[in-house]
This record gives sequence, C-alpha cells and structure tokens, in this order.
Amino acid sequence: MIDAKPDRKSRKFREIDQFDLNEKSQYYLLPFRFHRITDEKEIIVNEVGDYLTLSNGTFERIVKRQLDKEKDAELYGDLIANFFISEEPIPPLIDVLATRYRTKKLFLNYFTGLHIFVISLRCEHTCHYCQVSRVTQNRDLYDMSIANIDKGIEIMFKSPNPHVTMEFQGGEALLAFDNIKYAVEKAERIADEVGKGLTKVICTNLALINEEILEYCKEHEILISTSLDGPKYVHDKNRHKPHASSYELAIKGIELSRKILGHDRVSALMTTTKLSLAYPVEIIDEYFNLGFQGIFLRNISPYGFALRTDKSKYETEKFLTFYKKALDRILEYNFSGHYFTEDLAKIFLTKILTPFNVGFVDLQSPAGLINGVVVFNYDGGVYATDESRMLAEQKDYTFKLGTLDDSYNDLFFGKKAQEIAQLWANEALTGCSECAFQQYCGADPVHNHATQGDMYGFRPNSDFCQKNMEIIRYLIVLMESDNRIKKIFESWAKTATH
Amino acid sequence: MLLRTKGKPINIETHLVGKVTRNPDQLDENSFLLIDSSISELPSKNYMGVLSRQDEYEVKNGEYVVFKIPTLDHLTDGDIVSVGNDGNINTLYRVNSFHNTLLATERCNSNCLMCSQPPRDKNDIPIHYQIHKKLIPLIPKDCFELGISGGEPTLMGDLFFDLLSQIKTELPATEIHVLTNGRSFAWNQMAEKLGELDYRRLMLGIPLYADYYQVHDYIVQAENAFYQTILGLHNLARYNQRLEVRIVLHKQSIPRLTRLAKYIYKNLPFVEHVTFMGLEYIGYTPHNIQKLWIDPYDYHDELGEAVEFLAGQGMHVSIYNTPLCVLPERLWKFARKSISDWKNDYLPECSRCSKLNDCGGLFTWNLKKHSEHIRPFTA
Repeated sequence: MIDAKPDRKSRKFREIDQFDLNEKSQYYLLPFRFHRITDEKEIIVNEVGDYLTLSNGTFERIVKRQLDKEKDAELYGDLIANFFISEEPIPPLIDVLATRYRTKKLFLNYFTGLHIFVISLRCEHTCHYCQVSRVTQNRDLYDMSIANIDKGIEIMFKSPNPHVTMEFQGGEALLAFDNIKYAVEKAERIADEVGKGLTKVICTNLALINEEILEYCKEHEILISTSLDGPKYVHDKNRHKPHASSYELAIKGIELSRKILGHDRVSALMTTTKLSLAYPVEIIDEYFNLGFQGIFLRNISPYGFALRTDKSKYETEKFLTFYKKALDRILEYNFSGHYFTEDLAKIFLTKILTPFNVGFVDLQSPAGLINGVVVFNYDGGVYATDESRMLAEQKDYTFKLGTLDDSYNDLFFGKKAQEIAQLWANEALTGCSECAFQQYCGADPVHNHATQGDMYGFRPNSDFCQKNMEIIRYLIVLMESDNRIKKIFESWAKTATH
Repeated sequence: MLLRTKGKPINIETHLVGKVTRNPDQLDENSFLLIDSSISELPSKNYMGVLSRQDEYEVKNGEYVVFKIPTLDHLTDGDIVSVGNDGNINTLYRVNSFHNTLLATERCNSNCLMCSQPPRDKNDIPIHYQIHKKLIPLIPKDCFELGISGGEPTLMGDLFFDLLSQIKTELPATEIHVLTNGRSFAWNQMAEKLGELDYRRLMLGIPLYADYYQVHDYIVQAENAFYQTILGLHNLARYNQRLEVRIVLHKQSIPRLTRLAKYIYKNLPFVEHVTFMGLEYIGYTPHNIQKLWIDPYDYHDELGEAVEFLAGQGMHVSIYNTPLCVLPERLWKFARKSISDWKNDYLPECSRCSKLNDCGGLFTWNLKKHSEHIRPFTA
C-alpha cells in the first residue's frame, strides 16, 4: 500500500523552482465572481465565500491568463491556495473544496427548526407601523385555539430536526399566557418522549410581564425576546400605548426579566422607522447603556400596515446612511475596549470571514422559509414565514402553505412549497447568479413578491439587493482599510459560530 | 544526556529488552540487575541478565551479561533498555521523564531542509518493530504520554496499525502523540484503518509550512507533499482523528505565515492544536542555515499576527522552542516549555534571569546558534 522506498534518487537538496508542478504556467479558472468595491479596488469571491481584494484591472488579467508566475508570484500563490485558479482542470484539492461547500450549506442539514406560534393576534399597543395586531377582547376570534396548538405541536415534532424551537408571537403573546403554558408543557412532554431538543421563546413588549410569569419562564427555561426601538422619545413614538409609556414598561420589564431569568436570557430587537433615522448614535447608546452586547439594526419590513402610512416609508438610501452612522458609533465602543456587535454585520461577517455559515431566513440560499422556519397562525393557517402571515392580513395568501388540518407532507412538500422552491436559491436567480456577494447573501421570495409583485424579483431596483450589497461592500472596505476594524470584525464573526 | 552506552556482551544472541534495577528484590524475568561495583553473590532467582561496570565477569549459570560498561549512572530503577549482541545498551524508556518516544523508523518519504533527525534509507522497520513489541508491555501503566516519531512512522504500513493497537491494549491510560507528515493518509483507506482503531488518546502531529504547494514542497523537498498532507488531514478528520498542525518557523516559512494561519482556519478548522515552533540547530539545519536562518526577534510581526488570528478564532495555539525574551510579551501566554528534558538548555546569562522558571529555554544544540536578542530579565 505504502511504498517504503524513498521517492527520490538522492537526498541532495533541490531549489524551489524544481517544485513547480506547472512550468508551462497554464492555469484554469475555478468558479468565482467579481465586483468593484471602490474606485481603486475590486473583489473576487470564490464558491465558498473566500475573497481577495485586488487593485483594479487584476481580475481582467486573471481571466485573460495574463498572470506571470514569477512576476506575480505572491498573487499567483494566493489564487491557487484560495481556490480561484487551478493548475489542473480538476484541482488536486477538489475534495477539500467540496467539504468546504458542504460546510457552508450545513444549515440545510436538519430542515425546519423554528416554529412560530402566533398565539394571539390581540394587542394592547397601537404601534403606528404595526403589521398585524388588533386591539380587541375577542379571544375566540383572535387567539389560537387549543385544538390548533395541539396540531401545531404535532407538526413541529414531525420535523426531522433533532432540536426544534417554539416561538410565541402576537399580537402580544402574554395576553394568551394560559395557552402558552399549555403549549409549553405539552411540547416539553413530547420532546422528552421523542428525545428532541426544545428551545422556547416568548416575544413580548413586556408591558404585561410580572414576577409570576417570569418565575414560570425560569422554571421552564423560556427565553424572552422583546422590542426596544431606542431612547424613550423614539420608542414611545414608534410604539404607541394608550395612557402609558411603552418605553418605561419595556425597561422595567427588561430589568425584572434579567433579575429573575439571568442577563443573557433576555434579548431585544429594534425596528428602524422614519423617526429612528435621525437618532443612530442615541439608539446605539441606549442599547449599550442597558448592558446589551449588541444590536440588530433592522429596517422596517415592507409588509402589512407598515407600508400603508407615509410615516414609515423611507428610502433604503436613508437607512444605509443611518446604518453607517450607527456602525461608526458601535466601532467607537469597540475601539475603547468594549465588546458590542451589530448583528446584521455579524451574520455577513461570519459568511465572509469564517468557513462556517449561519442560517438566517432571508440571508441564506436556499432561503430559510420552510427549510428553517414555519409559522402557525392564530387561525390555523400555516405560512412560510412571519412576513407571509402579515401579507395574509392584507388578504394576500401567496405564501400560505395550507392549514394545520393538512398533512405534514402536503404542507412542507406540497404544491405551494414546490412553487416557492423554484425561486429560493440565489444561485439560480438572474442578477444574483453572477453577483460577487452571492455567497454572503440570500434569496427572499416573500420580499420580492411584497415589494415587486412576483417571487422572482428584479434586482436592478430591488431594495433588498441595494441594502445588502451596500452593507457587504461597506463592511469589506472598512476592514480592508483599517486593521483595527478587521480584528474587531474577526472577533464578531467568531462568536457567531460557537 | 546519555541515552546509550556499551560494554562487553556474553551469551547475548538477539536483542533483549528489559527493565533495570539495582535492587535484587525487584528482579523478575523481565529485568536486568545493574552492578555498579562488585557484589558478593548473585540473587538466585530467574531474571533477564546482568549489566555490570566490573572489568571482569565470571558467568555462573549461562546468564546474559554485558560487563565493562563505562557508566550506569544515567539509568534509574525502572528504566527500560535494549541490549544488543554487540553490547550496545540503549535507553528506550525513562521512568522519570514525560518525554518518552518510540522511534518507528529512520526512513522518510520527505527530506525537509531543517530536518532535526535526517532520514536513512536502510530498512530498519522490522528490527524497531520487534524491539517495540517487547518494550510496550514493560512500560508502566501510569505512563502519561508516549511519542512515536521517525523518520515517517506510517511507512511501517500495516505494522504501524499493529503497533498502535498493541499500545492501545497495553497502555489504555496513556496519551499517544505520533509525529507524521500525514502524506500516507491521502489514501483514504489508511485514514479509514486508523479510524477503525477508535483510539481517542491518539493525536497526530502533522507539519504544514505554507498555504501554497510550491513553498511547502520545497521546504519538505518532495513533490506533491502539500496536496497529500492536506488531503491526509481531511481524510483523518473524516474519521474523527485528533490532529495537531506543526509549523517550523524559518526564512522559507515566514513570508506566507499569516496566509497559512488563515488557510488553516478556513480549510482545517477541525484541528485541535496549532503549534509554531522555533528552528532546531541540528540535523540538516546547520548545512542549510543560509536558506533557513532568520532571527526569531525579526519575525515578531508575522508570528504575532498568525498566532493572534488563530487564537482569536477560538483555536488552541502554542509557541514552542522560543525563549520568552525573544517574544513580545503579548505572546507569552502562548509560549510552552516544549523542549524535552534531555535536550533542553540555557545560556550562561540565563542564570541571572528572573523569568527562568517560566521559560522553555533552548535546545542544547541551539546554544551554538540562537537569537541575538536573548537578554536576562532582571526583576
């Protein structure tokens, strides 16, 4: 099996040029894509997300086979080592590349993990941008019935995923806390029986939180996810609650939740409204001062009631300006020795800087809808994503997979799922298939449908594309121009993977 | 440190392997009695033989003997030696050391510019294997760690797996560290076979010197070595083997060192340990010193960036064979006292150093060629 004889005639040392496996200097291109990132620099990205930044014109020299192995020795070595070119039609390490590719698509391994239960559509807030909620006492019409909870749990445990997450959303989920308790206890029993992991999350504005609820959450290891849009003057304007300050309630709720559950068991999400755009620094400071380790700068989603008011309409350009200002502020905190992340950047950086990936519904390909997430609506409807059920509130049922009375196969592999699956991989979408940032981005048929009228979408004027491409470009330019920022970004990417 | 000695053999026909003791009560069929000066009477029990410093020796019962040995001072009760028919006594295992290594073979399919133990092309595999087969059952069961090195141990072929499986059976509590260039594992069935041993205490230390094949192949003086090693690492990872990547620091490996660190993180994130190792001034190195020498002080930046990048990404990283005074202080936490006791030394000025106890010092042979920046810390 192993040739025990030495593979040489003598042990005389040879010079480095004698170890060139390709003296003719012919090379083959492996799949990679390119993009101009500044006036001086271009980027090339390979099939597994490794990138090189190059001075303008280099890409052209590479593809025109104009590289000189000796004069461009360093670049030539970089291109070979990083799977951009090969000296043989099939690169010697193609199996390594294949493993890397599988690693990048590992999020597909287990199928649906996140199961959202819209436990009630009722809410005691009247947020101007709210996409779905109703202020009403009518439980029969707007709370999820026990029968539907049972069916939802049954379907959840049919997922092949060894670890499922059950997330309660609203409306205000705590208005139906008794039903949450019922669902949690039933799901725990089944998880034990079938030997699956189970994570439980309640999304709440915290207005109704109290010690009794939190003690229950502690006992059942339930995570709390809340909304915080920034300082009081931003939050209270965004999130209107009649006769009360939503901000005060949220802050009190965060403190109490941390006290009872532990600091890291409570997370907060912010939504950027038109008003928020004027306060990037203040919003970051608010999160930092409250002891959060990061913030997810989310632009408002173009669904439901959100687009109905002029107040919430703003252009992506303005969001990007806001985003960059906020990121600057975050970097200032990091420069002075604090660990504080921006979580959208963290997702991108994990894809850009590590061999791993993170599943995130619209930043993965194939997309996370059905593959990673499914929504059980209060009325028994089953939807592909959270946004899909918001479209349904406008009577648009495009992404309704069926109802809880349908079979698992019909819901997850049925006609609707098949239809969406045609368009959920950016590798196969015009405008994405040749994009340098394809590996860092994702596909979002729901967003395309909601904003452009069809699932396929049209990249040249897509706000999704405009936003993601610019943020990715900006992150790369930042770290390529400042080594301190690169170190900070590397530290963010690391924690996203472990 | 003395590891071999020689005397006059009597009655010895083949290689004998046994423990040594000065205490007649401890003697058994697997041990030699050490005689430093004359004794009146030999014990009347069954034992392997006698190793004596006496100038004269009178055989009584046909026992195996080596006499007229210049010194036995280096041997401690419990040490294990091999005794040849030529009177050579080689120390195989030292009971008071954490650095015991089995030499699998002196053959190698690479020929690294800085090899510390240059390979020889003679077929020594059967003889080493026979000796190790006798040695392994004698090693104390509480042996903490045992190394296997070469040459290239995997050139043993099937015997490599036999050796490992014997160790696994005889020394179930011992950590095994094999130094291999990993090239043999480019053939998946080799990795698969190792996987079948299901040996969780086994760790393979595999050298990698660049992210670009031509530089690595040049350093190890073997075509296709880089591709074979990388495929080998991947095949081994497929069978859940524990892996360590070893990088020797010198003029040929430094220019692409930070790229190599990125390459390891991107392509080999499964390795358990990455070690950056100072150059040993022995073996081929003195001959190739013009091609290899760079003062460790002059590669601070590259080493620091590589080490901190990998550690920052959550990988376990160590710096070997480098005195603290030539490392920036921020890298001290990665420095290990890595040099085996028998080849570890310090410069005269080191005796004044307040960090002496924390410092790994130098290879004995590096006393002749060391950084220009070695300075004692004075508290």
